[in-house]
Amino acid sequence: MCTVCGCAPGEVKIEGDGHVHAHVHADGTVHVHAHDHHHPHGHGGEHDHAHHAHPHTHADGTMHSHDHDHDHAHAHGETHDHHHHDHPHTHADGTTHSHDHAHAHGHDHTHAASHDHAHEHAHSHPHAPGVGGDLDYGTGPARAHVPGMSQARMVQIEQDILSKNNTYARANRRWFDERGIFALNLVSSPGSGKTTLLCKTIAQLKGELVINVVEGDQQTANDAERIRATGVPALQINTGKGCHLDGHMVGHAVERLKPADHSLFLIENVGNLVCPAAFDLGEHHKVAILSVTEGEDKPLKYPDMFAAADVMLLNKCDLLPYLQFDADLAEANARRVNPKLVVFRVSATTGEGMAAWLDWIRQGLKAQAAKQSATVDELKARIAELERALAAR
Amino acid sequence: MHEMSLAEGVLQLVEDTAAREGAQRVKTVVLEIGRLSSVEPAALSFCFEAVTHGSIAAGATLEIVDVPGAGWCMQCAATVPMTELFGACPQCGSHQVQATGGTEMRVREIEIE
Repeated sequence: MCTVCGCAPGEVKIEGDGHVHAHVHADGTVHVHAHDHHHPHGHGGEHDHAHHAHPHTHADGTMHSHDHDHDHAHAHGETHDHHHHDHPHTHADGTTHSHDHAHAHGHDHTHAASHDHAHEHAHSHPHAPGVGGDLDYGTGPARAHVPGMSQARMVQIEQDILSKNNTYARANRRWFDERGIFALNLVSSPGSGKTTLLCKTIAQLKGELVINVVEGDQQTANDAERIRATGVPALQINTGKGCHLDGHMVGHAVERLKPADHSLFLIENVGNLVCPAAFDLGEHHKVAILSVTEGEDKPLKYPDMFAAADVMLLNKCDLLPYLQFDADLAEANARRVNPKLVVFRVSATTGEGMAAWLDWIRQGLKAQAAKQSATVDELKARIAELERALAAR
Repeated sequence: MHEMSLAEGVLQLVEDTAAREGAQRVKTVVLEIGRLSSVEPAALSFCFEAVTHGSIAAGATLEIVDVPGAGWCMQCAATVPMTELFGACPQCGSHQVQATGGTEMRVREIEIE
């Protein structure tokens, strides 16, 4: 299942995906398996395998099957070691292996004043490695279960429910920052004119900027095709049953699109004013789009999204003469949930008000470039400092 | 708000921790859900039961610790109780209130054996 949205495996599709490939283990074992990963990725990059079991035979003839939960980078077609195995097994040749034990004892007892004790002992037994060439880091802490002894105990987790997504999002943001890329996450309800606005924005900026687009929708690649028609690369992510894009999907889209340094990276989220508010994708700003054919009170009805956004585009303003929509009231409502919100009134169709929005994008890109050169200067200063220290020795 | 996704997130943290600790079974899961977090505890409980079915946490008791909402009112220059996110200050009626507590949604701890 998807890490955050709970959609079933195979539901999420990134265009041009699906493959079978062979791994060569350090011990010479070769095995072939098809990945059923919900977020596919380019070869050679870092990726995450979902749990999957695959039986294989070691050089010493031992055969076993185990579940991998590997989360590591490897280049395909090259030899690599799997680690973090969590599987108890006995080798036919009696190969010794090292493993870690941890015992936990929890017991309650009553003194004059009653209190609880909890003890944790962790100790490792490194055995001499055998000749089989196997590496086995054992079964992990507390696997040594003592029969008949109740081990019920509390384990502190203290983690945000969205922590996994936030980890991916942070990695994306760091990646963007290191390359001076400016990333925006466009969010709105369906039908607010996001794609038209994107097309117009791209048409006016593509002469001066490099632009990549990620399109999120439950189904169809229609939007990505519309973007590609403007002449810039676009990648469609179909979330299947999912109601939002998440940091993991966007990370893979980035690997696929390989945006150039100092480029603009636009993410059009699934049309939904609720869930995308909670999921950081690693963007620099969320841009909420509200169209004047909706209600003025939408920012009050769906406050999370307008609070999470830094910019609001009030779109379809060319229709204002025909509607009973109070644009000032809509702005005031949006500022009530987010006093710092920057608002642009635009019409993607007529181009009215677009200049201010395009300028805001240019400013953002400039700021990213400045941030990147500041990082480079900082690194250079550190290198100079280290070289001085080395010369002084 | 997408309680199913959140329940999946909870299960993942629980499964990771249970595997690391070598647990046979998860008996209790304790969450902290703030009143301003846009999460409906009843819906989350329902979804939790659904997603844990057949997992190591099947049948586990879900305890939801309610964290009251609090915010800093700029006008009053004081911490005031809040009942809704982006709501008005109960003392002065201003909307310049920054939520300072009650927005959390965390897995606090689990009981395993």
